[in-house]
Amino acid sequence: MSSDTLAKASSAPGIPEYADSLPIVPRRRLGQWTAAVAVLVLLGLAVNSVLRNDAFQWDVVADYFTTDAVLRGLWLTLWLTAVVMTLGFVLGALLAAARLSANPVLRSVSWGYVWLFRSIPILVQLLLWFNIGALYPHILGVRTVDLLGPVTVAVIGLTLHEAAYAAEVVRGGILSVDRGQIEAAQALGLSRWRRWWRIVLPQAMRSIVPPAGNMLIGTLKGTSIVSVIAVQDLLYSVQLVYHRTYQVIPLLMVATVWYTVVTSVLGVGQHYLEKHYARGSERTR
Amino acid sequence: MSVMVDIRSVHKSFGSLEVLKGIDLAVHTGEVTVILGPSGSGKSTLLRTVNHLEKVDRGTISVDGALVGYRRSGDKLYELPEREVLRQRTRIGFVFQNFNLFPHLTVLDNVVEAPVSALKRPRREAVEAARRLLDRVGLADKADAHPRQLSGGQQQRVAIARALALEPRLLLFDEPTSALDPELVGEVLDVIKDLARQGTTMIVVTHEIGFAREVADTVVFMDDGRIVEQGPPADVLDAPQHERTRSFLSKVL
Ligand SMILES: Nc1ncnc2c1ncn2[C@@H]1O[C@H](COP(=O)(O)OP(=O)(O)OP(=O)(O)O)[C@@H](O)[C@H]1O
Ligand SMILES: [Mg+2]
Repeated sequence: MSSDTLAKASSAPGIPEYADSLPIVPRRRLGQWTAAVAVLVLLGLAVNSVLRNDAFQWDVVADYFTTDAVLRGLWLTLWLTAVVMTLGFVLGALLAAARLSANPVLRSVSWGYVWLFRSIPILVQLLLWFNIGALYPHILGVRTVDLLGPVTVAVIGLTLHEAAYAAEVVRGGILSVDRGQIEAAQALGLSRWRRWWRIVLPQAMRSIVPPAGNMLIGTLKGTSIVSVIAVQDLLYSVQLVYHRTYQVIPLLMVATVWYTVVTSVLGVGQHYLEKHYARGSERTR
Repeated sequence: MSVMVDIRSVHKSFGSLEVLKGIDLAVHTGEVTVILGPSGSGKSTLLRTVNHLEKVDRGTISVDGALVGYRRSGDKLYELPEREVLRQRTRIGFVFQNFNLFPHLTVLDNVVEAPVSALKRPRREAVEAARRLLDRVGLADKADAHPRQLSGGQQQRVAIARALALEPRLLLFDEPTSALDPELVGEVLDVIKDLARQGTTMIVVTHEIGFAREVADTVVFMDDGRIVEQGPPADVLDAPQHERTRSFLSKVL
């Protein structure tokens, strides 16, 4: 068939028989070149201005970059992100399972949860949890303020928020798996558990990982909101320093550079995870 | 000759649409039954009720002497727990029109999965058996490939090997060659013919009249949720009694 088309093409008017032996001159892409040069020049100017501007005080940035207070803040940011992501996705997976179940009560509760927690701004939610003692002074006989310290409040608030989004991501992933996959697994007598872990989830991961990677990076930076309830994360730690020393810009730079470093590392991890779950989707070996 | 599949007055509706309107069919051990019929006549639905992928509304199906999906006690049928249904399914192989291989697993893992996880076979044993099966369908060298790297015909042969890995008493094929390019149909039909020669009990839904004529012991013609006629291929294909069978055959031949 393809030789037919070739034959037709070479006999078309204006194209000589031996057209397949002529060298090919690619089209000039002047516009692309100008755009690239312009962007590079602008970028160079911006970088130059940042490095040359003494107000950034890069020496101060270097001084504080690895101080104990900053590293402690970084550590809290890291584990808070990890805990919130993990709990958020566990809860999110349960919510997704409930939403996809045959049980109408579970379905509506799951829907209602996602609706509610996506509607409340995370800042409002954190402040509400922080002040929950006003509504319930005692929980299980313990004073609420003792039970729910700022860090616990941060974990609860961020997790509940995260779960609402995770539920949608997981649900989308599961729905992206062809119905025939589940039927084939059923026909082979695979248990419900095995169908889920061995067949559905690995395939769902392909569509779950990219948005989850985005969420992870968003959560990493989003945890900085806990500074409003005085949890000493990366941002709050540098704020404590600059409230003392008034070196606002260089200390914000400390936090910025750390966030960038961690985000880049996570980006690399995401790349490999995506490759892992893309197994079997490519045709050539 | 003993009856492997016994279908009695099976009814099935989807909402208000009645798809199976009282099906009676007996499939004998070691025989090949081919089901023909126009699109929408209920062939797939019937096949899927046999391994309980689809529940019947009325009637009973037994395979190898056991009711599928239910337990009879007195004059009532009790739905079996899922575990029991799954165990029953391991004795019935099902081959889908779209293969439905697991794309994230290698060919070998596709075949090994069910024996290991559903029958609790030791993995090493299952791998040896799987390699023999892949050899039998002519794909010994593709064990480590992923399904999407194979042609349609090769994928369907893997799917057959996967179904055979459970050593089923009965094989069900739902249009196994309909998703294939014409030049690939033969290689899949050859594998099925080979199974037929070895006395595997099979129900095959297909539009391949030539295959039916050559391999079937019984040809069943379905239309609009009913079996219109059934019998040896020589009768149903060459001397159909019913007008609807005649007009269907004149269209597909
Ligand atoms: N899950 C379902 N829900 C609703 N209707 C269904 C469902 N499955 C099948 N049907 C309908 O039941 C009828 C019979 O479908 P079935 O797939 O059994 O036909 P078929 O004989 O296999 O047709 P084909 O040759 O096109 O595969 C069709 O009208 C179809 O639309
Ligand atoms: Mg069908």
